[in-house]
Amino acid sequence: MPDVIQVHNLRKQYGHVVAVADVSFDVHEGEIFGMVGPNGAGKTTTIECVEGLRRPDAGTIRLLGEDSANRERVSGRIGVQLQESALPRHLHVEEALRLFASFYERSADADDLIERLGLSDKRSAAFSKLSGGQKQRLFIALALVSKPEVVFFDELTTGLDPQARHSMWELVRDVRDSGCTVVLTTHSMEEAERLCDRVLIIDHGAVVAVDTPDALVSSLGAERRLVFTLAEGAAAPSLKGSQVVGRVEQIGSRVVVYGRGDRFASTVVSALEDAHVDFLDLRTEQPTLEDVFLALTGREMRD
Amino acid sequence: MRGFLRLASTDIRLYLREPISIFFTIAFAPLIVVLNGVIFGNEPTAAFGGYGAMDLAMPAYTAIILGIVGFMAIPVNIGTYRESGVLRRFYSTPLRPATFIAADVVGNLLMMLVGVLVLVAVGLIFYSVAFEGNAVVVLAAIVFCALSMFSIGYLIAAVAPTARIANIIGLVILYPMMFLSGATIPSEVMPEGVRSIAQFLPLTYAVSLLKGLWFGEPWSDYLAETAVLLGVGVVCTALAARFFRWE
Repeated sequence: MPDVIQVHNLRKQYGHVVAVADVSFDVHEGEIFGMVGPNGAGKTTTIECVEGLRRPDAGTIRLLGEDSANRERVSGRIGVQLQESALPRHLHVEEALRLFASFYERSADADDLIERLGLSDKRSAAFSKLSGGQKQRLFIALALVSKPEVVFFDELTTGLDPQARHSMWELVRDVRDSGCTVVLTTHSMEEAERLCDRVLIIDHGAVVAVDTPDALVSSLGAERRLVFTLAEGAAAPSLKGSQVVGRVEQIGSRVVVYGRGDRFASTVVSALEDAHVDFLDLRTEQPTLEDVFLALTGREMRD
Repeated sequence: MRGFLRLASTDIRLYLREPISIFFTIAFAPLIVVLNGVIFGNEPTAAFGGYGAMDLAMPAYTAIILGIVGFMAIPVNIGTYRESGVLRRFYSTPLRPATFIAADVVGNLLMMLVGVLVLVAVGLIFYSVAFEGNAVVVLAAIVFCALSMFSIGYLIAAVAPTARIANIIGLVILYPMMFLSGATIPSEVMPEGVRSIAQFLPLTYAVSLLKGLWFGEPWSDYLAETAVLLGVGVVCTALAARFFRWE
């Protein structure tokens, strides 16, 4: 099975503004593939070119083995949630699902989707009466109504509260586990890191890096930190001599140990135990995708 | 044509949920007719070829309903759909543009016919208006004229950048046609100069054809009208298809 999506040297500009300069990537079957980057990085243009909604200026896009511009062959096999779209004001939730189901050769059960997206008590509510989160959930239901082989979510959780965001992540994992490939964009590094199997970092219309979140983070080779508080009366231990430990900082009873390597945390903890040092509030701080972005672009990610 | 029936029935349901569109499509023309009836009555008048004002109003106001739906409802609705992103949402499915427009045409035709039915019912009940034509032929002519007028509406929808501008263009086209085409003011009482301006308004030909058939004249007497309406329909449809945008 070849990759479900293959993008080679995609380029798209609007007038003189280059939205996507040169982007290439593949999406494997059955994964959650995330495109992450600041606003204006070219995420939406890229995803809409892959969906076949925009015509690239250059480059090739294969989607499910077809040219993605061949909407006739492709549009029935994918599901799309657009960053900006709407429904007729007076259209009810259930009507919307049944209407969109009628556009596809095969379609998912509308009642089941209403249930899964938590819209049961809104099924006869008009679109204009829905809250932002409810509209978002309806659009996700519409993206899934085609029983897609690949589903695209553009800014899936923007505007959702943290609780709704977590339940949306659960839903996306369920969708993947049911065998559907998921392609999503987000400007939240946290979302990319916690939800995606692989992440493409994009900035100024070009690919900065593509890999699993873990691989991206460890490729930094960045220092990890172990932070703890000494119990009253306890003396700061000597941790020098261990290869994984870099330096140690102490401010009052608070100690920060810097180091590298997978065995860093366990080494420090067992050294503390061996020395019978009482400590509280132990936690480790790992570098995140946020740090990866900073290291690769020299800029902070801004929402 | 997958999705056509569901889309057409949804369009009609949405139409019925919008009070403004119900008012203009179904209530407006009958109200004006009743108002005119109160003022002028339906006495046979020599200037109107022996018919009363209410008799003439039936085919004339039918044409006005076609104009309201074609020049106002269609462009504003599609313009609003485009502006708010509804069209984009449809575009990202396998729904074909032709299916979308066909369902829209059918929905608008049905609502327009309901409006005409109410109009004629009011005429028959309150003024016993004369009808001397063949109901099937008149119905066919109404649909024919409607398709021609609607094509102008789809062209406005295609070229207008926003729903507001679509609305303005629609009104600018509708108002002169309402007053000069012989729809509200019978062309029989209009001065020659006005009548020559009316020649350039497509609705004039719809009014003329519908009046003739309403009072039992054969369609073959109205070949010029038929040709103009057909020409407008073909040209506007072609242009609308050429310039239509989903976003």
